[in-house]
Amino acid sequence: MTTLQVSVWRGDEAGALQTFEVPRWPSQTVLDVVTAIQRDMDPTLAYRFACRVGMCGSCAMTVNGVARWTCRTHVAKVARDNRLELKPLANLPVIRDLVTDMREFFAKWTRAQGRLTPTRTRADDFARIAPDAPARAAANAGIECIGCGVCYASCDVVGWRPDYLGPAALNRAWTLVNDARDGAQQERLRAVAGDAGCQSCHTHVSCTERCPKQISPTAGIAGLKRAVAKAAWKGTL
Amino acid sequence: MKSAFRSRAHPGFWAFIVHRVSGLLLALFLPLHFWLLSQALHGPAALDGILRWVDRPAFKLAEWGLVVLLAAHLAGGVRVLMLEFLPWRNWQKALLAVAAGCTIAAGAAFALNLV
Repeated sequence: MTTLQVSVWRGDEAGALQTFEVPRWPSQTVLDVVTAIQRDMDPTLAYRFACRVGMCGSCAMTVNGVARWTCRTHVAKVARDNRLELKPLANLPVIRDLVTDMREFFAKWTRAQGRLTPTRTRADDFARIAPDAPARAAANAGIECIGCGVCYASCDVVGWRPDYLGPAALNRAWTLVNDARDGAQQERLRAVAGDAGCQSCHTHVSCTERCPKQISPTAGIAGLKRAVAKAAWKGTL
Repeated sequence: MKSAFRSRAHPGFWAFIVHRVSGLLLALFLPLHFWLLSQALHGPAALDGILRWVDRPAFKLAEWGLVVLLAAHLAGGVRVLMLEFLPWRNWQKALLAVAAGCTIAAGAAFALNLV
């Protein structure tokens, strides 16, 4: 039987890699490998997952140096010479083993005004938005984010300046900038216009390259840069 | 935890490296350039002396390098401006290829002119 040599990060930031020998089976995902280790070899291994089908965004890890959603990453695609190296996501504090502290990641969504500020109440009629309106199409392009943190872990600017809001939060802000129902446009543009916001992006396109949902946060960040420039020009920022 | 080198192995990041390195090297060259031009203030003899001194193959090669750096930095800068300020489309890698092509063409044209 073929086996996989799997090096897994153990401990916190000061931890080290521990190697396990895991049976190889057809259509095996990286998450299957981690689960096999936890169930059959070392029950103390800490990792996160929930849905196993690419919806919940909780199982992202660094697989052979690249951030990926492990539930939908086949071993056949990423293993080299039957070897895997699994580490927690980069740019986030490590709690233990493969689990990172994602509080700062989500706090940045709040800082980027990543919530809808409604302009109507339940007493009002529905907002009528044409599905093919350009702004709606722009929002739709970014709306499927599952919050897995792969873009955030792949972004060098996040590594360079820890206060940078990051691709996911800015992508979220961009979907709301394009939401006709939202009433906090000026606050949101102010929230993303600063040094820690969209202007810090260097357009490395790493987030777009790695997003498992094929979203392009770079597109959203470029859109925010244009929106901020326009608002500054008009004096409404 | 820092991200691994492999996570940066994609064309967008290489383009950033080329842009950053060419920019730094050009910034280092600028003081030399201004110093040389300032020699003209001391009269034509001083400038001509230096121009004669730099008229040798090693400097021609360096000059070619300078042209390539300038072309790479310019093409890379136009690429970023187009990505960010034109309506978004999925052309990052096409733009990158065009920028690389322009750089190679400029380098080749200058090299042909030298020989």
